[in-house]
Amino acid sequence: MIKGKNENTDYLDIDNHKIRDAFKELPDSIKIEMLKKMYQIRHFETQTEQFIIKGQIHGTCHLYVGEEATAVGAVYALNKDDYITSTHRGHGHCIAKGADLKIMMAELLGKATGYCKGKGGSMHIADITTGNLGANGIVGGSIDIATGAALTCKMKYKDRIVACFFGDGAANRGNFHGALNLASIWDLPIIYICENNQYGMSMPVKESFNIAKISDRKLSYNMEGLTIDGNNIIEVYNTVRHFTDYCRNGAGPVLIECLTYRWKGHSKSDAQVYRTKEEVKAWIEKDPIIRYKKALIEEGIITEKQDAEIEAGVKEEMEQSNKFAEDSPFPDPSQVQEDVYA
Amino acid sequence: MQNKREITYLEAIREAMQQMMRKNPDVFLIGEDVAEYGGAFGVSVGMLEEFGKDRVINSPISEDALVGVAAGSAVTGMRPIVEIMFSDFITIAMDEIANQAAKIRYMFGGKATVPMVLRTAGGGGTGAAGQHSQSLEALVAHIPGLKVVMPSSPYDAKGLLVSAIEDDNPVIFIEHKLLYKNKKYIGHVPEEVYSIPLGQGDIKRDGKDITVVATSFMVKKALETAEALNQEQGISCEIIDPRTIRPLDIDLILESVEKTGRLACIEEACGFGGFMGEVAAQVAEKGFDFLDAPIKRISGKDCPVPYSLVLENEMIPSHERIKEGILSIFKNA
Ligand SMILES: Cc1ncc(C[n+]2csc(CCOP(=O)(O)OP(=O)(O)O)c2C)c(N)n1
Ligand SMILES: [Mg+2]
Repeated sequence: MIKGKNENTDYLDIDNHKIRDAFKELPDSIKIEMLKKMYQIRHFETQTEQFIIKGQIHGTCHLYVGEEATAVGAVYALNKDDYITSTHRGHGHCIAKGADLKIMMAELLGKATGYCKGKGGSMHIADITTGNLGANGIVGGSIDIATGAALTCKMKYKDRIVACFFGDGAANRGNFHGALNLASIWDLPIIYICENNQYGMSMPVKESFNIAKISDRKLSYNMEGLTIDGNNIIEVYNTVRHFTDYCRNGAGPVLIECLTYRWKGHSKSDAQVYRTKEEVKAWIEKDPIIRYKKALIEEGIITEKQDAEIEAGVKEEMEQSNKFAEDSPFPDPSQVQEDVYA
Repeated sequence: MQNKREITYLEAIREAMQQMMRKNPDVFLIGEDVAEYGGAFGVSVGMLEEFGKDRVINSPISEDALVGVAAGSAVTGMRPIVEIMFSDFITIAMDEIANQAAKIRYMFGGKATVPMVLRTAGGGGTGAAGQHSQSLEALVAHIPGLKVVMPSSPYDAKGLLVSAIEDDNPVIFIEHKLLYKNKKYIGHVPEEVYSIPLGQGDIKRDGKDITVVATSFMVKKALETAEALNQEQGISCEIIDPRTIRPLDIDLILESVEKTGRLACIEEACGFGGFMGEVAAQVAEKGFDFLDAPIKRISGKDCPVPYSLVLENEMIPSHERIKEGILSIFKNA
């Protein structure tokens, strides 16, 4: 289950890196909370899909179903006051970082009570209070924003670091190069987390790159980097946790590639002509939630029954969030020109 | 009697590309998800099957490189059509557009040509919020060396795209998302290849009381509003669609203003520094004596395009706002 796990030592071999098994040391309560977060993401997205079908969501949404282990594993390896930047497929990062489901859902429904007062929608949810510097409608748009936040950390908040999430597609934006080079020459405390879900919209990774691993790009910047199983939350947690120490000690940026898969279409409308049903099915069998749940049950941390209770609790919470979002008022049209300037 | 074939705006654009690609092997399409997926809005559906991977080229997400590569291939003899998924992303390629493609010819003393077309989807109304809904035509229209086209009908879209592909200059071709598939806006499009000169405006509705200049989707809203104004108030609007905002057919606008004595300019973009400011300025400079009332611009509110439907409707000029704006000109006179 856990790649390279060795009962006799506290170290794991992950993509030729010696990584401390910090997950082992986590209290059970946190391990269980991580499962709950994964369920929150799964059910938030399932509900979002329902609202899309019912026509209650005006814009588009990009669902994170199937990729939950990456966001939750990585964010749980951070300190509360560390920063993250997210993407157009941002609900998962946002929930992992502690966003309130009902305020998120209100934003998706364009309500005044939403995170952006209805001005941003799915692609722009930010929650500065939890260190979430925002989703981004521009692919790769957050890579240099995150790097700037890391510069602030280096100059001002010396104990903080940044985790920058972005897709495989974003790794081909020109600013990826500029930002990673800056981070490298300035030794910035930032972990670049590339969510390689095999496609950028319809473009398969095997056609948009001519290298075996996206993390191989570390060589251009003389930074640490590795490729891990993004559907294994324990591996994600351990790897990111390992490099948070590394970054906090001033050793500079890291590039982690998480291999995962998006179960749903790219966005609201996607006939998915570019992939086969068999391929999707094979990945659904690698469900990150089921894998983690089984690991927790195997280790005796939870029982099947407790797992069912956790999921039921999340569903209940979702019901309340939906109600809050649906009952909330729309913004007043007179507010349209507020918030343009500080 | 031959039936007049009616097709959508999207189909008209696709047909122009297909026919030009059949005619000239130097023409090719490059962009994100343009192959199997057929482009984010489905404009190029079926083109991969006809022209193959070498001429319908999927690109990684690298707008700047894409536009620069198109310019480089154009200078050396190809005639690329680059699709930039949303017009908001032209900002990523602004160096390649404004400093490279637009200026190569001039800076080389007229010794090079850059025959490329950058097709992109502009405008709001889809709930896509601030980074996927903008109307940025003024940014590109400001740059000498570029031509900027904004068709509002299937007929114009095909004829103008044919001209754009045949043109030896970089042409920014801004399509509107709300026009692509809406059956309400289908129109007659001849099957054969035809072209509409860049720089020739069109009178979309004859009228005598006021000249209304509008672009892209706002032409539709202006036409609908004009009908209502005619019925309810007996006001007769003459609606002019410049179709290409650079070069601009100012003569057509001036002729109309000379007849009507009034001018309203309608644009989806934010008004400040917008294209309609240019129209208003040129009419004030060249046709001040024709005017019986101050010129009125009806533009997007001065803010990013918001997400929530209620806010988006407030930001983008609505039928009501257009109507009030036009009526206010009569009250002023
Ligand atoms: C600069 C830019 N180009 C294109 C798009 C349109 N677009 C939105 S998401 C997407 C694919 C992104 O792929 P990836 O980075 O791998 O993220 P994923 O969707 O797979 O999570 C594209 C092309 C965009 N939003 N921004
Ligand atoms: Mg991807």
